[in-house]
Amino acid sequence: MARGHHDVGGLPGAGPVDQTEHVLSDWEILADAVNQALTARGIKRTDEMRRAREEMDSATYRDMTYYERWIASIETILIEKKILTKEEIDRRLAAFEKKWGEP
Amino acid sequence: MGRAVNEASGRFRPGDRVRVRFEDRPGHIRTPWYVRGKSGWVERVYGDFHNPESLAYGGDGLPTRTLYLVAFNQADVFGAAEAPKDKVLVDIYEHWLDPAA
Repeated sequence: MARGHHDVGGLPGAGPVDQTEHVLSDWEILADAVNQALTARGIKRTDEMRRAREEMDSATYRDMTYYERWIASIETILIEKKILTKEEIDRRLAAFEKKWGEP
Repeated sequence: MGRAVNEASGRFRPGDRVRVRFEDRPGHIRTPWYVRGKSGWVERVYGDFHNPESLAYGGDGLPTRTLYLVAFNQADVFGAAEAPKDKVLVDIYEHWLDPAA
């Protein structure tokens, strides 16, 4: 097993924690809102979200930003609970891309 | 960590010496790698909580587990410490703790 990709506390060479503030993008604020709404409705739990992030492919996890990990874990849990399918999400994404252009 | 479901029913009290289990298994584990196998003492008893290792997979979180604030000497966790008087404080569930001398 060895330590998970999320469990980096005390790893040598990690350097100090970056504590500078930064402005959130609109999609990041939206990701937070979706997360809170799903929790308030009792659809998913924080522990499930954390587990989904821990079980991601390690290279993908490391490449993602904080809120990218959040939306990836929301997608995993919604598919796992059969609330949405991967196909539904992909179809909707394709429609958005057609309307608004590629991100 | 959510809300305690009731007062602590655990075996440890503040000041008790404890050793963190060195377990390496799959699952959603809240005990950080860097304290596994390390010895410290109970600083505070939070109460009993649903077990996140079960909640993470859609389980009911039962049986509940007592959660502790466990303190370690900095040097015992990270070796030679820049500030020898500093402590490392970590929230750890009872099933990850054994009594220590």
